[in-house]
Amino acid sequence: MGRYVVRRLLQMIPVFIGTTLLIFLMVYALGDPVAALFGDKAPDPATAARIREDLHLDEPLWKQYLLYMGAIFRGDFGTAFNGQRVTELMATAFPVTLRLTLVAVVIEIVVGITLGVVSGLKRGRPLDTGLLVVTLVVISVPTFVSGYLLQFLLGVKWGWVSPSVSSDARLDELILPGVVLALVSLAYVTRLSRTSIAENTRADYVRTAIAKGLPRHRVITRHLLRNSLIPVVTFIGADVGALMGGAIVTERIFNIHGVGYQLYQGILRNNSPTVVGFVTILVIVFLVANLLVDLLYAVLDPRIRYA
Amino acid sequence: MTTLTKTEDKPAPTGPEAFLSVRDLRVAFSTEDGVVRAVDGLSFDIERGKTLGIVGESGSGKSVTNLTVLGLHNRKTTDIQGEIILDGQELTTASEKEMEKIRGNKAAMIFQDPLTALSPYYTVGRQLSEPFMKHRGASKKEAKDRAIEMLAKVGIPQPQTRFDDYPHQFSGGMRQRAMIAMSLMCDPELLIADEPTTALDVTVQAQILDLLRDLQQEFGSAIIFITHDLGVIANMADDLLVMYAGRAVERGSVREVLSEPKHPYTWGLLSSMPRLGGDTSEALVPIPGTPPSLLNPPTGCRFHPRCRFRDEVPGDLCSTERPLLADGRAAACHLTGEQKQSIFIDQIKPRLG
Repeated sequence: MGRYVVRRLLQMIPVFIGTTLLIFLMVYALGDPVAALFGDKAPDPATAARIREDLHLDEPLWKQYLLYMGAIFRGDFGTAFNGQRVTELMATAFPVTLRLTLVAVVIEIVVGITLGVVSGLKRGRPLDTGLLVVTLVVISVPTFVSGYLLQFLLGVKWGWVSPSVSSDARLDELILPGVVLALVSLAYVTRLSRTSIAENTRADYVRTAIAKGLPRHRVITRHLLRNSLIPVVTFIGADVGALMGGAIVTERIFNIHGVGYQLYQGILRNNSPTVVGFVTILVIVFLVANLLVDLLYAVLDPRIRYA
Repeated sequence: MTTLTKTEDKPAPTGPEAFLSVRDLRVAFSTEDGVVRAVDGLSFDIERGKTLGIVGESGSGKSVTNLTVLGLHNRKTTDIQGEIILDGQELTTASEKEMEKIRGNKAAMIFQDPLTALSPYYTVGRQLSEPFMKHRGASKKEAKDRAIEMLAKVGIPQPQTRFDDYPHQFSGGMRQRAMIAMSLMCDPELLIADEPTTALDVTVQAQILDLLRDLQQEFGSAIIFITHDLGVIANMADDLLVMYAGRAVERGSVREVLSEPKHPYTWGLLSSMPRLGGDTSEALVPIPGTPPSLLNPPTGCRFHPRCRFRDEVPGDLCSTERPLLADGRAAACHLTGEQKQSIFIDQIKPRLG
C-alpha cells in the first residue's frame, strides 16, 4: 500500500508539470498582460518596459515558466494586477468555494443516493420511470438556466431566500447555490446508484443473504448497498474536483466571491498570475481527490489490493 | 404458534413421517412474453434423514421448485398454487416474517456457484456468523466460535485464520465448503443443495459428496439434491424424482429408477450419459430435439414431441391427454407396463451396457 501511494505521488509530478505548462502557455498566449493592465489607455513605453522586466515578461516563455514554478514552490504565487497577493485572494476564495462544494456534495450524496436506491428497488414502477425522466431533464438543462430560474423563482418571485450571497457566504445562504451546483451531478448519482442497485438486487449473493434468513432491511443495508455504492463513490470523489473548479457559472449567478468568481475576473482582466495560480491549486485538488478515490476503492473492495 | 394450529389443520397427505411435503405445486411467472409455467402440478415428499435427488435438464423446473420452498422467488411476478408443508407449516401462504425465521435456520440452501453466491466484500467468517446471530441471538464471539467449528467440520484447514479471509482468497472447493458450512450453521433439518458440485472438478466433487453424507448422518437432516448428473445422484440419493418441463415424469428409489427406468425421458437421460467402461466407437444417443418452451408447452404428455415411442400408444393419446404420475414407484407415461418392460429390455438396456 505504502509503495503504491509513493508510486502514485511520483506519477503526479509529470501530470502536474504538463497541466500547469499548458495553462501557462494558454494564458500567456492570450495577449499582452501589460496592455491589459492599462486598460483603454496606451501605456507609457518606459513604464511598460519596467513592468515587463519586473515580471520577467521580457524573458523567453520557457524561462518565464521555470521562474514562475520556482516562485510557486517558495509559496509565492505572484501579485494580481490590482496589487493584492494572489495567495491572499486564495485565502479568501478557497474557503468560500470549499463550503459551497461541501454543501453540493452533501446534497448529492443524501438526495442522489436516496433517490437512486429507492428508484433501483422499485425498478419499472411509475416512481422509477418518473425519476428517470426527471433526471434526464435535469441533465440536459444547462446550469445557467436552472441557476437563473431557481434564483428568480425562489429568490425574487417568492422571496424564500436571498437571491445573492453576502460576502460572508454563510452555510444557510449557500443552500440554494449548492443545489444549483449539485443538480447535474445529483442526477448522475441518482442514475448511477439506481442502475447499480437494480443490477445487484438480482445478484447471487443477495439471494444468499435472503436465504440465510436476514430481514429485508439488513439485506439491503448490509449486502446490497455496500456492494452497489462503489461506482457511486468513485463518481462523487472525482466530482469533488470538478465542483470546486466548475463553480464559475454558479458563483457568477449568486455573486459568490469564491474560486470561480476570482477565475472569471482573472480571465476577464487578462490577469495571468491569478488564473495560473488558481488553476494550479485546482489541478492539485483534482490529483489528490483522484488518489483518495483510488485508495478508498481498496478499502471498500477487498479484492483490490495495491502492492 | 402458527405452526401448531397449522399442524392440526393440514396433516401431510402421505402420512405423518414426511418432513417436507409438496402437493400439486404450480409456479407461474409473468414475463413480457407471457406466462411461463415453470412448475406444473408437482408433488413429492421427503422424510428426515433421507435424500431426495431431483434430476432433469436445465429449465425443467428443479431449481424453481426449491427456490419456491424457501420463498426466494420474486413475489411480485410469481403466482404460486398448491401446498408446501414443512414440518406441519404451510409455506406458500406464510408471511415474509415467518419465512425469515425458517430460512437459514430450519431449512437452508447450498447454491451452485459459491463464487457469486458469497458476497465478495465481507470475510467468510462474517458471512457465516450472520445467520447464527440472527436465528440464535448469539453474540459475535459465540457466532465466531461456531463458525470456526463449522469451518473445521467441513474440512477447511486452519479455520481460525481462514475465518478472516475473503471469499476470493479461497479456492473453488473451499468456497463450496464454506458455503456448506454456512448452510449448516443453525443445524437445518432440511438442506436444499442446488447443483452443489457442478462447478467443481471431480476429485473435489467426491470430497464434497462425502462431506454431505457424513453431515447428514451426524445431523439427520433431510436433503434435497438437485443435479443433472446421474452419477452423482446414484451415489447420494435414496429416492429419485425425474423432472421434465416443469412436471415429474418418474419417481422411485434411486436403485429402481436407475436400474429399471420406466419413462422414455429417463431412458434418454441414461443413454446420453457417457460410461467409463463404454466402447469409444459406440455413439452416445442424445435425446432428439430441444426442451420445450414453457411459454407454450406441448399438450398432453410434454415429452411427446421428442419421444421415440409415441407410435406404440394407440390413438393420439400422448398429445391429447396428460399421463398421471401415481404415488410410489411410478412413471407418467401412456405406455403399458408390458410395453415399457419389453422396450427397455430389447432396446434400451443393451445400450446402457
